Amino acid sequence: MNAQQEMPQPEKIELYEARKKIFPKRAEGQFRRLKWIIMAITLSIYYITPWLRWDRGPHAPDQAVLIDIANRRFYAFFIEIWPQEFYFVAGMLVMAGVGLFLVTSVMGRAWCGYTCPQTVWVDLFLVVERFIEGDRNARMKLDKAPYNFDKLRKRIIKHAIWLAIAVGTGGAWIFYFADAPTLLVNFVTLEAPYIAYATVGVLTATTYVFGGHMREQVCNYMCPWPRIQAAMLDESSLVVTYNDWRGEPRTHGSKKAKKADFTGGDCIDCMACVNVCPAGIDIRDGQQMECITCALCIDACDDIMGKLGREKGLISYSTLEDYNSNMALATDPDTLNLDPNRIRNENGFIDQIKHFNPKVFLRPRTVMYFAIWACLGLGLLTALSLRDRLGVNVQHDRNPVFVQLSDGGIRNAYTVKILNMIQEPRTIIFSMDGLDEAVMEINGFDDREARTFLINVDPDKLRELRVFVKQPKENLIPGSTPFKFIAEDRQSNERDIYEANFEAPEAGK
Amino acid sequence: MKDHKEIDDISGVETTQHEWDGIKELNNPLPRSWLWGLYGTIIFSIGYTIVYPAWPGITTNTKGLWNWSSRGELATEISKVEESRQVLGNQLVSVELEDVSQNADLLQFAVNGGKSAFKVYCSQCHGSGANGGTIYPSLIDDDWIWGGTLEDIYLTLQHGIRYEQDDDTRLSEMPRYGADELLERNDIVDVAWYVRQISGQEFDAEAATRGQSVYVDNCAACHGDKGEGIRELGAPNLSDAIWFYGNTHEEIVAQISEPKQGVMPGWNGRLSEVTIRQLTHYVHSLGGGE
Repeated sequence: MNAQQEMPQPEKIELYEARKKIFPKRAEGQFRRLKWIIMAITLSIYYITPWLRWDRGPHAPDQAVLIDIANRRFYAFFIEIWPQEFYFVAGMLVMAGVGLFLVTSVMGRAWCGYTCPQTVWVDLFLVVERFIEGDRNARMKLDKAPYNFDKLRKRIIKHAIWLAIAVGTGGAWIFYFADAPTLLVNFVTLEAPYIAYATVGVLTATTYVFGGHMREQVCNYMCPWPRIQAAMLDESSLVVTYNDWRGEPRTHGSKKAKKADFTGGDCIDCMACVNVCPAGIDIRDGQQMECITCALCIDACDDIMGKLGREKGLISYSTLEDYNSNMALATDPDTLNLDPNRIRNENGFIDQIKHFNPKVFLRPRTVMYFAIWACLGLGLLTALSLRDRLGVNVQHDRNPVFVQLSDGGIRNAYTVKILNMIQEPRTIIFSMDGLDEAVMEINGFDDREARTFLINVDPDKLRELRVFVKQPKENLIPGSTPFKFIAEDRQSNERDIYEANFEAPEAGK
Repeated sequence: MKDHKEIDDISGVETTQHEWDGIKELNNPLPRSWLWGLYGTIIFSIGYTIVYPAWPGITTNTKGLWNWSSRGELATEISKVEESRQVLGNQLVSVELEDVSQNADLLQFAVNGGKSAFKVYCSQCHGSGANGGTIYPSLIDDDWIWGGTLEDIYLTLQHGIRYEQDDDTRLSEMPRYGADELLERNDIVDVAWYVRQISGQEFDAEAATRGQSVYVDNCAACHGDKGEGIRELGAPNLSDAIWFYGNTHEEIVAQISEPKQGVMPGWNGRLSEVTIRQLTHYVHSLGGGE
């Protein structure tokens, strides 16, 4: 043999690579339990909400949450929003944004790890996968095995259940936009509108592909959020951290190490943290973009540490500040190597070591975010409680601004819209204030001239009126004269005023 | 290119081995699924250009498998709308003019349809706000030369005014008192002062007294004893505040001497019955309807 024969075979450079399959192992522990609870809550909210009923009387839908696009109304329990009140939704979106800033500055990518729909549905799909194919090792084995009856059967069942979940997910979405029980019947009897089927189809496809097949690739390659969130972290944010100051150097078995008189760190390189990771990374490489901070590695490591009788928290939520300080303590200033002996004493860790301290929640930044968030919420609540349910909008005719009448008087025309924003029919008293001698005439109210009209407005409707205001010749004031249109409901004591102008020819014309 | 992998020292990442003046590119391979996604979109776009019109030829382009066109789609939508309007249109034609206001939907259909037809056929003379112009009457005030009821407006719209092509047109010819020398110049000046008097404007008392007898002899037959006008004859009211051709003494004299005779075309046969009725209701709703 000569040296040349030992040269490695040339490898072709690949510019694209197949997805590296990840087989996350089932984890047990406090964070996994928390994730189960959050998953149950978020999925329940999503699937059950459209089926909740809310009695609004005979004139409105009884669905608790309904986005009625055809009639341009948005219902959420006791709140009904008209399109011009959309700022409530905008305000809530701003609150959600600031809320995310707050959570991110405290807990890093907690949104990604616990509540993001992608995370929740991947978790759900993994439950199915584990139930059908077994845990990590069994799945890896099955994946490598040639296709036989058993593998085919498992695969078909798995994909069938995934598809069923996907259809259910897409199906639940459409119920937010129409009466759920009616739509379900129509949907099954093929009488639902085309758009309902299209929506379910698209959402079924995305759920199945994203949850079953693409998984962490959605987070790594499609989602901008990991990049944005990473920019919002600071050195006091809690992130999932491998504490190498107590873990390194790793040993592959404590007995062997003891025999060799080698003082190792706590990490025994058991790969438990890697095996449970749904992103397929090694947290021990430090903070990385792919980490969604689901904290399952914490559970896995704590389990091992518990079995070894060592203190838990080798992987833990920790701030960069604490981590750096602990690293400095553990590093030998001469050799720059990590030496676990430097941070230990007979009681465990030395006192200078920093552990989790709830004070990290209270910092100027988090307090400020919370204050902004709370102010927005209070502002929205105040606006909600003070908003008008009776309105009058007026548009003055501009072509022409005024009309000369045969008796020498002047008439102005207005398009008046009276908004009855409650679920009861109402009789609104519509009157004018100012221009004392002037009278109103309204199209469709015979030829009656008066200063007060009773207007019936249907529940939850707007009524448009064409209103003429006549000022007799003797009382004409040249130019523009302000006056008021008043709409009121004496029973509820509601009142809305519109400041209008009456236009007459300028003097000398 | 070397025949084995090359690892960048600093990042620890494989390079593509392409080199530009010593600068090399790191190779962080993209997932292959994205490549399939790219191929998928290419295949989709080819299919799209086959199904829909796309490829240009010398005189025309491919029509696609479904023969879809945006003009065709528009035509379908327009015919759908017209179909839906036909029901209300038939209803509008069969109902008496006065009874339309009892049906809110029908009235709305009539007024809105009339509004858009007005912009096309009427606004050139009467103005987009229907407030008229120097020689075109305003349709929104409460003064009507030929009447402001639905029936009157309907008739005017059908047959027009002084519209020679229509035998039933509304016809009124005020004599050309000056131009045809039916009255002396002095009498015309005097009667113009009298007309200003009966409409409550400043006047020359002496001349107006002389003018009164001229009025009774020549004008009262059509314009009425008090100048209140007679609609059947199309003779306007001379005692109110609305002046079609102006209310200064000179303007009145000019109108008596050589009257302006406006013409409005009749729309029978040129607009559909439905449109004429829609216009009737729209004009009636503008504020002057009687």
